Amino acid sequence: MTMHAAGDTLLDVKGLTKHFTLHGDIYSKLAGEKAQVLKAVDGIDFHVRKGETLGLVGESGCGKSTTARLVSRLIEPTAGRIRLHDEDLLAFGATRMKAARKQIQLVFQDPYSSLNPRKTIMHILSRPMEIHGLAGSWADKRRKVLDLLDRVGLGAEHIDRYPHEFSGGQRQRIAIARALAVDPELVIGDEPVSALDVSIQAQMLNLFRDLQEKFGLAYLFIAHDLSVIRHISDRVAVMYVGKIVESGPAAALFEDPLHPYTKALLAAVPEADPDKPPPRLTLQGEVSTPIDPPPGCRLCGRCPREIRVCAEVEPPLVELGGGRAVACHNL
Amino acid sequence: MGETVLELEDLTVRFRLKRGDLTAVNGVSFSIARGETFGLVGESGSGKSVTARAIMRLIPDPPGEIPSGRVLFEGENVLDKSDAEMRALRGRRIAMVFQEPMSALNPVFTVHAQISDALRSNLGLSKAAARERVVELLSLVGIPSPHKRLDSYVHEFSGGMRQRVMLAMALSCNPGFLIADEPTTALDVTIQATILELITGMIERLGMSLLFITHNLGVVAHACDKIGVMYASHIVELGDKREIFANPQHPYTIGLLNSIPRLDTQAKYLTPIEGTVCNMMAPPNGCKFHPRCAHAMAVCREQAPRLKELAPGHFAACHLHERS
Repeated sequence: MTMHAAGDTLLDVKGLTKHFTLHGDIYSKLAGEKAQVLKAVDGIDFHVRKGETLGLVGESGCGKSTTARLVSRLIEPTAGRIRLHDEDLLAFGATRMKAARKQIQLVFQDPYSSLNPRKTIMHILSRPMEIHGLAGSWADKRRKVLDLLDRVGLGAEHIDRYPHEFSGGQRQRIAIARALAVDPELVIGDEPVSALDVSIQAQMLNLFRDLQEKFGLAYLFIAHDLSVIRHISDRVAVMYVGKIVESGPAAALFEDPLHPYTKALLAAVPEADPDKPPPRLTLQGEVSTPIDPPPGCRLCGRCPREIRVCAEVEPPLVELGGGRAVACHNL
Repeated sequence: MGETVLELEDLTVRFRLKRGDLTAVNGVSFSIARGETFGLVGESGSGKSVTARAIMRLIPDPPGEIPSGRVLFEGENVLDKSDAEMRALRGRRIAMVFQEPMSALNPVFTVHAQISDALRSNLGLSKAAARERVVELLSLVGIPSPHKRLDSYVHEFSGGMRQRVMLAMALSCNPGFLIADEPTTALDVTIQATILELITGMIERLGMSLLFITHNLGVVAHACDKIGVMYASHIVELGDKREIFANPQHPYTIGLLNSIPRLDTQAKYLTPIEGTVCNMMAPPNGCKFHPRCAHAMAVCREQAPRLKELAPGHFAACHLHERS
């Protein structure tokens, strides 16, 4: 939780947008209906500094995972720019992108589907080094893999085993080791602890923290669990239907949430303490659809603080000082 | 609290698998009084859901078997009942909601068809009366414009609405007892809040009893009166909710509570439980938690601890409390 000067921005994202065109069936085409547009990510700005953790939180379908895939260029954005070390990531050709991929690594949610069941741990962990030309002889690779296993709390005896021989928590350790194999600067975790039981989840959160301390890693940590986000993040961005509605330092945002959606999310969390107020929903209805959303604020129709302008004008994310920003017409 | 509605006595459930025997539930005893909400908490594979299924006699045999124990529902042993008697019990007196409504509801029938099926066969209602009752039930669980949604299919509902439909179906025959197996786990936190409110409100309003199964300690903290903590097929701690949260006695319960990141403060490191859950095909001797326990003693490796009452109504199964 060290503070950094604004100068050491690692990743800077501006106006990032991903629209998916939903092609209807042949009947709707024959009827001349216009294709619908799913605005998964709709113009978001954020940055990640060296060695810090930005937590991205929101409910299913808010665009968190699409953001992770965009930032790692697994999919191409509709608009916006992504700067890594002040270079335009989207302008990179295949060769330079490969080099950039070494700096940005991913850890996924499901350690059962993200590790190749037919390869040994030695293969899984040495392959990234080979691809990026970081490993020499077989003995050198083996030494490096053993070192990686040690870093994530696994033993030398695990090196020649296959993924199915490990528990979910251990597999997630392997997935983290694979991300670390190429010495990245930024690790994107897309719900990396969500599939784990709480006692194992705590072990993994400690591991993430440890690795950050030791190697100065920056994390873009995506999760739907607010207490996990609170625990791991230096700064937090809250997403709702393709938009960032609020961002700021974790402590400030959790202690004094400003956006009605952030407030609602926090009020809905059942805290493991019977003396805390029971969880409740302070919004009306259910999550709005990202398909052809109406103009105005995405929270319209659900928000207790709605005023006239909300349905007409989309609120911009306004800086408030202290690193905080909120997109709301009626604070 | 009133009379006991459900009492489990030394319930054991075993699965005979090709690889060997797996004891999923091991000597579990607890009771639930009328109007009480009981939370069964534990991590994956601890035996929570198998316990619930055993109560409903939904354990497939083979490979499952119940070698010992009794499940007394309103004084009668469910395990002795005939299949016909069970059919009369399920739905009408004990109902169940599951985690995944998409797989618990039938995708090829409308919501109306599914709920009225139960109403007509269990309560013998006429077609028209059943339809009316379905509308009533859907509005009871907070589905907007139930007249219109009646003939919708399950896939036309959102996750939260599906869970409401399942709850409507569970409540359709006025059961006195509801088993909810992770009913909010697949839901987003804001939807979870509404479903929890709905379930607890409904239980209170209809004077029902509830067995709530979850891995989420936050959920039990607000939805239940009493809590049983399960670890590797055993109940390791049992007691009043406030007592368990304020004064946990079993090292596993303490470890679990310490593992949860908090919303109100930020600790740099959490205090996890080290190690992983034992292999249930070859569990360790003695206390199953001893390989992960910081307080393990020689006796823990040899002898399984029994649940002991440490304070009125507060039980824990740990050798640390045997001596005192």
